Amino acid sequence: MLKLIQINKLFNEATPDEKIALDQINLHLNPGDFMTVIGSNGAGKSTMLNMISGALSPDFGDIEIADENVTKLPEYKRSKMIGRVFQDPMAGTAPSMTIEENLAMAYSRDKKRLLRNGVDRKRREMFRVSLETLHLNLENRLNAKVGMLSGGERQALSLLMATFTQPSILLLDEHTAALDPSRAELITNLTKLLVEKDQLTTLMITHNMQQALDLGNRLIMMDKGQIILEIDEEEKKKLTIPKLMDEFQRIRGEKLTSDKALLTV
Amino acid sequence: MFLAVFGSVEQGIIYAIMALGVYISFRILDFPDLTVDGSFVTGAAVAATMIILGYHPVLATASAVIIGFLAGCFTGLLHTKGKINALLSGILMMIALYSINLRIMGMTSESSIGRPNIPLLNAETMFNQFQNFWGSLGIDAAMNNFFGMMGVQYLPSTWGTLFVMGIIVLLIKFGVDWFLKTEVGLAIRATGDNKKMIRSLSANTDTLIIVGLGFSNALVAFSGALIAQYAKFSDIGMGIGMIIIGLASVIIGEAIFGTKTIVRTTLAVIAGAIIYRIVLGLALRVDFLDTGDMKLITAVIVIGALILPQYFEKRREKNRKAKRHAERLSTFQQSKGGAAVAETHPD
Repeated sequence: MLKLIQINKLFNEATPDEKIALDQINLHLNPGDFMTVIGSNGAGKSTMLNMISGALSPDFGDIEIADENVTKLPEYKRSKMIGRVFQDPMAGTAPSMTIEENLAMAYSRDKKRLLRNGVDRKRREMFRVSLETLHLNLENRLNAKVGMLSGGERQALSLLMATFTQPSILLLDEHTAALDPSRAELITNLTKLLVEKDQLTTLMITHNMQQALDLGNRLIMMDKGQIILEIDEEEKKKLTIPKLMDEFQRIRGEKLTSDKALLTV
Repeated sequence: MFLAVFGSVEQGIIYAIMALGVYISFRILDFPDLTVDGSFVTGAAVAATMIILGYHPVLATASAVIIGFLAGCFTGLLHTKGKINALLSGILMMIALYSINLRIMGMTSESSIGRPNIPLLNAETMFNQFQNFWGSLGIDAAMNNFFGMMGVQYLPSTWGTLFVMGIIVLLIKFGVDWFLKTEVGLAIRATGDNKKMIRSLSANTDTLIIVGLGFSNALVAFSGALIAQYAKFSDIGMGIGMIIIGLASVIIGEAIFGTKTIVRTTLAVIAGAIIYRIVLGLALRVDFLDTGDMKLITAVIVIGALILPQYFEKRREKNRKAKRHAERLSTFQQSKGGAAVAETHPD
């Protein structure tokens, strides 16, 4: 469903701040895969997601979605196939517009936008039914401006909007990180529910190890622009946080010594 | 006095179309578009030139609208494809239009390429064409009789302009309301509200900005074309400070009538444009103020409209807090006798 082939990206090329953001990234997601991505800050996780969504373009390498090469496709065209939820709850919705208007925009994602009423009676009923699945009572506040909602409510709405048209790929960029623990749990459960309902192919970045283990069937760990660990379905079932930490330590430790060796030579 | 206010309302309604255009760029797209100063004159210049060249006033006005649309699109192109700062692309377009407007009006002159003004004194305009029809209805006499009986001394020569402009402005208002609720309209609003989000929902924000600015400037040019026919001249300087007048209308309207829904806000903008004209008209009646002071008065009105609401809001907030404090204090004292202290905090 999603293929990254030898993706390379340099930031601040040819300046003293030059940084390898992504180094020979290869990734292959099958339809229905739910992969969690962990790694420290600056590992290249968000950069990778931005490559897939089209917000950034790779220096080298190809991106394929549903067997179509989309490397040169601009962001707005690619987003017909990609649903996204951002870390910032403010980022995924339009605050001065109402809940139903926001949903109407999400509904038009994979269609051509025309000069027809964005919210009609039929759609309103459909929005109401979908909002009921959130259990946040938003279905009775269709005409409330989204700016009036709490962070958790907005993030739940963003999630619903991202999955509304059953995109080929769902990208979640630390979408629970800005919420308090109880709200984060609510969004985590919702994510599970919505992804399972439509068997969405999902890529989720998280800093929460437990969340990375609880959700999804595959896991990768990134560091310094590389994928340093890939865990498949069978292994992931047996994985625990201590094991993951050990693995992290082992790989990083190795890397450190090899770096040191390089320096002393 | 009555006549002065009447004239202000008449003009205000025509300028309201321009204010709606400014509302679309400024508020909906969140794009401070200074093209307005130029595109207003472009509308006037195209309409006046075509009328002088013998075209039908309606065709002349429609052409003005189309040219205004193109001017707005060009500003949008400079900003989105040329990656030029929003303010700067508007200013560049405004300055370019100055020369273009001179050349457009120059088409009526055989001796020179550019021309700074065109009088329309004896020309056919949309207004006097409408007047021929309106005059046969006898409404003017009835209205003037009515106001005459109420003791108003100086009566307007016709109510037709006010009537037809009122209808046109309301039609445009409903059109704008409807447009902003369509799928395209929603995407345009979201572009001004949260670009990142609407792009992630597969909308081409560049195209939306270009179309939105085109739409905005089409309204501005329409207003310019009508003002030229109303005032019976087109002048290269008539657009100076137009953006501020538009902004003043938007801000005054929003401050007085609120912004709860689009339907309400567009009505507020129209009312704001009329109120602005009335305030300006009354200010100009003060003896020591001259017509040359108009721009200064405009600036003062806008500053007032920006500062006063903040002041009133603060006062209201303070009063509300004081009242609430007094209420809590009294309930506290009442319950002090026997009730539990906890109950003094009802919320």
